[in-house]
Parts: sequence; structure tokens; C-alpha cells
Amino acid sequence: MDILNALVAFLNFVFIPAAAYGAQLALGALGVTLIYGILRFSNFAHGDTMAFGTAVTILVTWALQAAGISLGPLPTALLALPLGIAGTAALVLLTDRAVYRFYRVQKAAPIILVMASVGVMFLMNGLTRLLIGVDEQRFADGARFVINVRDFREMTGLQEGLALKTTQALTVIVAVIVVWALFWFLNRTKSGKAMRAYSDNEDLALLSGIDPEKVVRLTWIIAAGLATIAGVLYGLDKAFKPFNYFQILLPIFAAAIVGGLGNPLGAIAGGFVVAFSEVAITYPWLKVAGYLFPGWEPGGLLQLLGTEYKFAVSFVILIVVLLFKPTGLFRGKSV
Amino acid sequence: MSDAEKAFGKRGNRDASVVNPRPAGTVDGSRRSGPVGPGREGDPFLIGEGMSGGYGRGPDILHDCTIAVEKGQIAVIVGPNGAGKSTAMKAIFGMLDLRKGSVRLDGRDITALNPQDRVKAGMGFVPQVNNIFPSMSCEENLEMGAFIRKDDIADTMAQVYDLFPILKEKRRQAAGELSGGQRQQLAVGRALMTRPSLLMLDEPTAGVSPIVMDELFDRIIAIARGGLPILMVEQNAKQAMAIADKAYVLVQGANAHTGSGKELMNNDEVRRTFLGG
Amino acid sequence: MSSNRQAATTNPWRAPILFAILAALFVMEGTMRNAMFSGSWNTALGILNMGLISAITALGVNMQWGYAGLFNVGVVGFLALGGVAPVLIATQPVEGAWNAGGPRVLIALAVGLGTLALAVQAWKRLRAGRGLAVLVILIAGFVIYRWLFDPAVSAIEANNPARHGNIGGLGLPILLSWAVGGAFAAAAAWAVGKVALGLRSDYLAIATLGIGEIIVAVLKNEDWLARGVKNVTSIPRPVPYEIELQGNPEFVSFAQRWGFGAAEASGIWVKLCYMSLFLVVLLAIILLAELALKSPWGRMMRAIRDNETAAEAMGKDVTARHLQVFILGSAVIGIAGAMMITQDGLMAPVGYNPLRYTFLIWVMVIVGGSGNNWGAVLGAVLIWFLWIKAEVWGPALIGVLTAPLPEGGLKDHLLDSAAHMRFIAMGLVLLLVLRFAPRGLVPEK
Repeated sequence: MDILNALVAFLNFVFIPAAAYGAQLALGALGVTLIYGILRFSNFAHGDTMAFGTAVTILVTWALQAAGISLGPLPTALLALPLGIAGTAALVLLTDRAVYRFYRVQKAAPIILVMASVGVMFLMNGLTRLLIGVDEQRFADGARFVINVRDFREMTGLQEGLALKTTQALTVIVAVIVVWALFWFLNRTKSGKAMRAYSDNEDLALLSGIDPEKVVRLTWIIAAGLATIAGVLYGLDKAFKPFNYFQILLPIFAAAIVGGLGNPLGAIAGGFVVAFSEVAITYPWLKVAGYLFPGWEPGGLLQLLGTEYKFAVSFVILIVVLLFKPTGLFRGKSV
Repeated sequence: MSDAEKAFGKRGNRDASVVNPRPAGTVDGSRRSGPVGPGREGDPFLIGEGMSGGYGRGPDILHDCTIAVEKGQIAVIVGPNGAGKSTAMKAIFGMLDLRKGSVRLDGRDITALNPQDRVKAGMGFVPQVNNIFPSMSCEENLEMGAFIRKDDIADTMAQVYDLFPILKEKRRQAAGELSGGQRQQLAVGRALMTRPSLLMLDEPTAGVSPIVMDELFDRIIAIARGGLPILMVEQNAKQAMAIADKAYVLVQGANAHTGSGKELMNNDEVRRTFLGG
Repeated sequence: MSSNRQAATTNPWRAPILFAILAALFVMEGTMRNAMFSGSWNTALGILNMGLISAITALGVNMQWGYAGLFNVGVVGFLALGGVAPVLIATQPVEGAWNAGGPRVLIALAVGLGTLALAVQAWKRLRAGRGLAVLVILIAGFVIYRWLFDPAVSAIEANNPARHGNIGGLGLPILLSWAVGGAFAAAAAWAVGKVALGLRSDYLAIATLGIGEIIVAVLKNEDWLARGVKNVTSIPRPVPYEIELQGNPEFVSFAQRWGFGAAEASGIWVKLCYMSLFLVVLLAIILLAELALKSPWGRMMRAIRDNETAAEAMGKDVTARHLQVFILGSAVIGIAGAMMITQDGLMAPVGYNPLRYTFLIWVMVIVGGSGNNWGAVLGAVLIWFLWIKAEVWGPALIGVLTAPLPEGGLKDHLLDSAAHMRFIAMGLVLLLVLRFAPRGLVPEK
């Protein structure tokens, strides 16, 4: 029984939150890694793209709620998501046309694109602030839990409760669908294969009749979609605060690099590696240990690091992986 | 060098966490094609006539150079290092700014077309290096070769597999994992996927072992026997001339000797200078 | 080269003219009272002083970026770490704090660092089973470290928590802390650079991004060090206090002779004192940087930057040089951090926002001109001026733009959020400079 309790505590406090967070990071990292693979630079504006997409989605959500439209037990934001993606994609395509394309035509060194992305980051940050302000916004509605603690206890008779929030379940389900769709697109469709071909060998892709501009536009649209979905899921799960979206850039970059920059499969693995280590290292294991070793009374909480230091975890994971596998877990483009 | 490059130089380009070290493409994809003109009476199937030009605003590399291929024949371009062999090939393919001369294919003047449109016009080009998509499978490489085709490509793929059985065996394997010779076969196969009316090979045997080289030459002859004209740049002048219907010896970007492979092999000067006795 | 618009226009008067325009802006800020300017010398000098600190930070970034092409996105961290120095060096000792756990914290930190060093040595020396050995060393070290560290920290933080709860300072002169701030940042830079520059390709950007976040997190949460988010106040000053000046009859009469009230004059005087100190540091750093750049060392740095492969082929240790310049640049950033805390008289870690302290500095460096020290200074002061003034000009602009709109929600919303215009403005400035004058206002020679 105690082992079961320990398992439930582990699931409740470590596995479920980490899985949801990992899915969010993976979606974010996929966007970063696609841009890196196709456009050859790390997009510092990605966090703010996520924030912008979420802000648009929230505004649409509010409008829907005001009109009395809802999805029943599911958050209304899901209904608003397509519009959020469309808005973000439009903005991102606009920045490509106005900013990045100029350097691409020049075949400028990608570091200039990195700098330009810092400028775009400022722009998007300001736009998001104009749209929605800097305060925390909660926009999750519908049913709060799939399973709540009390029902679970009654159902199982265990001492330890388990809660599964709707947003957590939703995050994982949406992420699985999106990732499946993305991989289907990249591996099965002509346009998707063209994207991969372009990221492999620009010249040969061009000579094969693939239009580079089309590939780039497609990449931006997909990245905007991924960023918006990741941002909305993160916002539903936690809360929307523009500054948090800026901070999440570090774990997202860490996930993309840990997995191997430019490799979509790696981005997903990286997202989960970072999320699970972050949660596991900052979780106080006292409760789980208490079930497993009833007689043992350790002095502390058995917490390796305070939750404030979760960023340190992504950093350490990153360094350790790079020390042993310089190209990431899955071989990235940066060989 | 642009202002931006002057300002940033090579700064930051070593940092793989912000900059993808994969080199950028070198082909200018933004150039638009001009109109296609009529060919001339009595032209060979392909002719690059009186070509002069160089890269960008750089000095001329080709000087009044003429290369032609007849239907069903193999033409090779040989010459010492730096003679402009590959450049002549690129000029015909539209990757060079021609100051003078014209390129005519199958009764059309295609001088104003960009490389992409020359592929559509029937040219199949196999670059010397970076001629495959390394992270994609063999089959996907061939599919990408046929990107511009809207019809069913299964037959063409089957023909390529017949020609290069090893590719069929490895069709699910990533192209980057193939050996050098297999890569070259894949590169040729990829170019064949558009069903070109002319195949252009830039040093197809560079960096492969002698045994593989012989095999590659056999395949190339087989392709030519099938009726597809081939233009080829080769380092191994002797072997190339042995299979060539027509050979061009270039020296410093200009035609030095022209003739059938046999003629040139029997030409004392050519033998002495290029074939090592 | 005909495409090179900018090179043709670079003339020797460019920098002096730009600096003169900048000076004129500050004079207008100090003298003209209208919708654009405040007409207060206190405000003008306040902006200038922070601009000078930004300029020193920008110089540090420019050394790394301009000399060696290193992309540091953890500026905020090094700046914050430099800011710890005034707290630890110059504030008065906290009674009972040292006895509560000072030595134990030091030993714990030594054990922590020793563990890492031992692990590295074990990894290098051992052959078989080294992974296991390193793991054992790390786990054992961590347990000992926490065993030493946790009680000591609790004891220090329990010592008069309402007023102190931190380890306290040494009571040494504040100016000394500037150098120490540089040393702190240099030490952190050594650790980051050693790891991130030693990998097969550099991963410096992501590593600095990480270390920046970590340093700020440490400052926010380690109350024993600098009271965390409870802030440390009353950090001593190297210049007189306004109150003292106002109580000094000589100063009051001196101020009256110039036509200023005592309160205003004391503020101006203090800011002038700071400005002089900052200028001395700034000029000293520029002088050293320029001398270094013209020395054989600087020539080698530039050779490496312009052609790494060739330099490597000539036997130059590129990684070691990069590490060197990364440490030097970070030290300069650390000095700026210590100066900033000294001027504020307050250590408030929540203020360390990467957008403001990392990316805005980058805007300064790019706008000023990558690789040019004077450019970095010009860019820093100018951008800082714009950043501050955008807060005033943004709402004014929006006010004018929205005047025809009917009263209501949209207009209120736009007016409310007008202060955020500065972010959009900075983004536009950076993008426009990158596009039309990528070499910056004062291009590198």
C-alpha cells in the first residue's frame, strides 16, 4: 500500500506536472529548432512570439466568452486558438517580409539575423504589452479537473490523492496531436519533405525546383503555430504573464540544444529531459521517501534545489549533455 | 561585401547555440529568368557558344569558350587544374554571369534562364560536391529530384533502381550514411528523376576508389546508350576520353583542343601535356 | 565596393559632431521646460549618470563582441554580480552574523568548489570507472556541502531578520568594492567561459543566458548574502549626502550665488560628484582598452576575429584568447554593476530585468558601432536618453495621435499602455540601424 501511495505521490507531484511542462517546452523547442534548421539562426523573439500569440488568443477568448460561446468542460481558448495562430502567423510573416528577407537575399551571415531577432523581440514585447498589459491573466475556464484529489481517494481508498487538471491532460493530448501532425507533414507530404531538403542542402533544393521563399514562409507559419499553441497551453496550465514567456526562452533553447539543434525529434526529447529534470530536482522528495522508508526521518525536505533555481537545472543539463555529446542527444545540424 | 558583413565580419559565427554552422546556399535563387529565344539552324542538341564571363563582378574565367553535345553522345571536358572546366559547366547551367555568348538547348535559346528554369527546360545537373540531401532517405532524395514533376514518378524511380540496384537496397537509409560511390550513384539517380533531355555531371568520380570509378563509368555509358546525351567534366582524362564521343580540352578558360576522344588520345601534344606521356 | 554606402560617408568629424548633438540634448533637458524636456538639471544629470554606467557596461560588451566576436547574453548576471560587491565590501558588519555562521558558510562554499575541482580532476586522471567515481564524488560533496551550508544559512538569516538577516559587509571603502565587483564578475566569467568555450563549437550565448538567470535567481533567493528581495539599503556613498550639504551654510551660500535653491543645488552637486567619478572610470577603461587594442595583444585579437582559421594555423590558441577577452569584458561589466549599486545606494535584485540590462545594452553596442569604443559610449548614452525620454514622449505622442478618437475604452487603453511604446521604439531603432547603418553611428576603423 505504501508503495502505491509513494507512486501516486510521485505521479501527482512529479510525473504529471513534468509531462505537461515537457510537452509545452517541446512545442516551443520545435519552433526554435525549425527556424534554426531552415533559417540558420536562433530566434530570440520566439518567447515573445509565444506571448503575442497567447495574448491574441486571450483577447479572442474574452470576446467569445462575452458572446456566451463556450466549449463546455473544455477551455474556450481552444476555440480561439485558430484565430490566435492566424494573427501570430500574419505578424511573423510581416516581420519576415520587412526584416529577415532583406538579409536572406543578401546571403548575410546568420549572426545578423540573430541581432535582428533581438530587435523583433523588443517590437513583439512592446506589441504584447500594448495589447494586453503586463499583468497576470488567467483565462482557463471549463472543468478544472479531470480527476480531483477527493474523488481519487474515494475511488482507490489510498491515503495519497491524485489530481489531474483538465489543462494538464489537454496539454499532453494537444501536444501529441500537434507533434504527430508535424511529423506526418515533414515526413509524408511533398511540402514537408521540401522543407527538410532545404534545411539539408539549400543549393540542391533550389536546383530541384523547390522555391526557397515558399519553404521559408511555410517555416514561419509552422513556427508561429507551434509558438502560439505552446504559449496558450502554458498559459492555461499556469497563467499568462508576458515576462514569464521571456524567461521560458532559456529552458526552450536548452531543450532544443540538448536534443540537437535543427533536429525536430531532438527538440521533443530535449523538452521532456529538461522538464523532468527540472521538476525532479526541485521537488521535495520527503513525502515519497516517507512512504517508501516508513522508519526514516531525514532532517530536511529532501529537496535538491529550491524551485527558484529551476533555471539552473536547464543550464546544468545543457552543460552536461554538451560535455558528453557536443551535438546533442540526437545529432543536430551543428556538427 | 555588404555593409552588414563589413560591420559584423565573422563575429559570433562560431557560436553554435545561435548560428547554424551549415553554410548558406551559394546559388542566387532570387534571379528571375528572361525570355526563351529561338535556336539556330543546324545546332547540336546542346551548345554553349562563345561563352565569356566570370562570377559576379570578378574577372572573366571563360574566354570565348564553346562546348557542344550531340544527341545520344557523351561529351567530356578535360584540362589541367583551374582551367575552368567546372566553370564552363556552370556557365551552361546558368550559374555564371555570361558577358558574351549564348546557350542553346534543343532548338531554344536558354541564355536568359536561371538554373531552376533550366532544370525545367530539361537539364539534369549533378554538382561535384554536396549533391545529395544527407539526412533524407535515398527514396526521399529521388522524390526531391522529381519535385517539379506533377505526374506519377514510380516508373522513373523503378528505372533508376534498375540502373543502380544498390539504391533500391538502401532506399530507406539516410543518404548521409552511404559510401562515396553510392552517394555519387544517388546523385546521378536524383538528377535522372526529372527525366532530363540532357545529363550534366561535374566530376562524378571525384574522391571515389578506382574500382568504384570503373563501375560509375559503366553506368554512365549505360545511361548514354539509353539515348540520353551526357556532358561531363572529368579529372581522369584518360578514362574519360576513352568513353567520349567528343572531348574538349580547356586551358585557361579557352578551347585548346577539340575532337573525338580517340583523336585527342592520339594527338601528341594532348598526350604529352595532359595524359602524362 | 560601390554598394558600400556608409564607408564613403565616414569622416573624422562624425564622432565629435554626434557627441556634440548628444551634449545639446542633455543641455536642452537641463534648461528647457516643455512637453519634450523637463528643464531640470537634476533629471538631466540623473539620466547622464546612468547613461555613463550603461556606457561602461557597453564597453565591456564591446570588448567581447567587438574584439573577439563573443555573443554574451548574460550581461544582466555579470552586472548583478558586480553589484554584490558594494554590499559585501562597503556596508557595515552585521552584529552577530559572522559568529552565527560566517566561517561555516565559507567552508561550505569551499567544499562545494573543491568537490567540483576534485570531480574534474578525477575525470581527467582516472581511466576505468571514472564515471562512477565522479558521480560518487559529486554526491558526497553535495551532501557535505548541504550539511555545512543549510544550518549556517538558517543561523545567519535568523540573526535580526527584520533589519539584517544577512552576512553583512566588511565596512571597507566603497570605491574598493568597484574593483571587487569586477573581480567577482571575472571569476564567474572564467567558470562560464572555461566550460562553454571549451566545447567542440562554442555554446557561449546559451551558457551566458543561463548563468545570467542563475546569478539573478541567487541574488533574489539567498537572503544571507544580500537579503534577497528584502533589499539592502544604506549602502555607503563615496560622495556627500544631500542633507549634509543643505545643512552646510557655506554650500548654501555658494548655491545661492549661482541662483539655485539649496535642495536643488545639493542634488546637482551630488550628481556632479558621481559624474566625475564615473567619467574617470570610463576614460580610464577606454584608455586601457585602446592601448590594449593597439598593442601586439590587440592586433592578435583582431587577427583571430577576422580569420580564426588562419590564426589557429599560425599556432594561436584561439580558445584561450577568447576566454581572456571574455573575462576582461565581464570584469568591466562587473565594475559597472558595482557602480550602479553604489549610485542607487540600494541593492534590489527584482530590478534586474534581462530586457533592460542585457538586450538594451546590446542595442547600445550595435547602434554605437560594433568594435568601436567611442561608438559604444555614444550609443549607450544616446539609447539610455531615448529609453528614459520615450516614457515621456510615448504618451505625449499617443495623446496627439488619439486626440481625434472619441472618449472611451480604446482611447483609455491606448493612453494607459503608451508607456510601453519604448519597447517598440527600441526595437525599431535597432532594426533601422541594422538595416541602414549596420556599422553603427561611429563605425569601427
